[in-house]
Amino acid sequence: MNAHEPSLAVSPGLPKSNDGVPVFAEPWQAEAFAMTVRLHEKGVFSWSEWAEALSHELYKPGRRADASDYFDCWVAALSRLVTELSITSPENLDQLTQSWQRAAEATPHGKPILLENDPER
Amino acid sequence: MTSEDPMHHRDDDHHHDNHFSDTQARVKALETVLTQKGLIDPAAIDAIVETYETKIGPRNGARVVARAWSEPDFADWLRSDATAAIASLGYTGRQGEHMRAVFNTPETHNLVVCTLCSCYPWAVLGLPPVWYKAPPYRSRAVIDPRGVLEEFGVKLPETKKIRVWDSTAELRYIVIPERPAGTEGLDQESLGDLVTRDSMIGTGLAIAAGGTR
Repeated sequence: MNAHEPSLAVSPGLPKSNDGVPVFAEPWQAEAFAMTVRLHEKGVFSWSEWAEALSHELYKPGRRADASDYFDCWVAALSRLVTELSITSPENLDQLTQSWQRAAEATPHGKPILLENDPER
Repeated sequence: MTSEDPMHHRDDDHHHDNHFSDTQARVKALETVLTQKGLIDPAAIDAIVETYETKIGPRNGARVVARAWSEPDFADWLRSDATAAIASLGYTGRQGEHMRAVFNTPETHNLVVCTLCSCYPWAVLGLPPVWYKAPPYRSRAVIDPRGVLEEFGVKLPETKKIRVWDSTAELRYIVIPERPAGTEGLDQESLGDLVTRDSMIGTGLAIAAGGTR
């Protein structure tokens, strides 16, 4: 953990095991986490900027009581930060999101899901 | 078994096959944008994910296996209703996916693959290894399971049958490896230490008594 330890501490509410390591229920959560760690390592944003963006999402009304939407908040925070920093536009991100969903639906069993599989692309 | 059955490849089945939730699709979208901009690369992301997968580890699954080895009743339950048997230990998937336990025997070795979208029993095995998600593993495991196993250092006798199980979003598999010889005196805790993640995917065997991981 070492290298990522200090950064983790400022992600409020991150689910952790008894040993203090983050716990992911599904791979996409680990991917979202890893992307955030990487962007921070590259200096795209500071951890205080990140923590603020995450808190903003976490304290929105309508959260699930069991906190099972924690990583949904995480992804929403990351999306916001990335668009606020003008890395991409919200429209572009939405379009790509829908494109990935169409690609998934259009991919037959046994094939890897690729963005190119979106029939509207 | 592998479900490369053309009868099940009608267009209207696709909707059941592959679906990304809004958030899951958004993660892919972020990944696409950030990769295009040169801010992340998949190898760096995999490397970060990998540091966690070994730590979170498949300890839950190992406990399931150790219990099946020690308690015949539990093994029977696992055989007939793995979802319930595993849930009784407190390990359940978030999406309520069904589990099936496939038992290795002296005659048959089981190997799990997902040719679809890397479906994986997170609740018992933690995060999937990077190779599990890689297209070469997914396609080759179906075509040449014996060759894939050899690359993992598992050489099975020619007479041993290999069955390949193809996970879906609704049904996920855990392999119950054969109990190593000479472990009669071990308690469940020590038995669990012999159960590796790979042995529950079928790309490995349980560690021999007195061996090391």
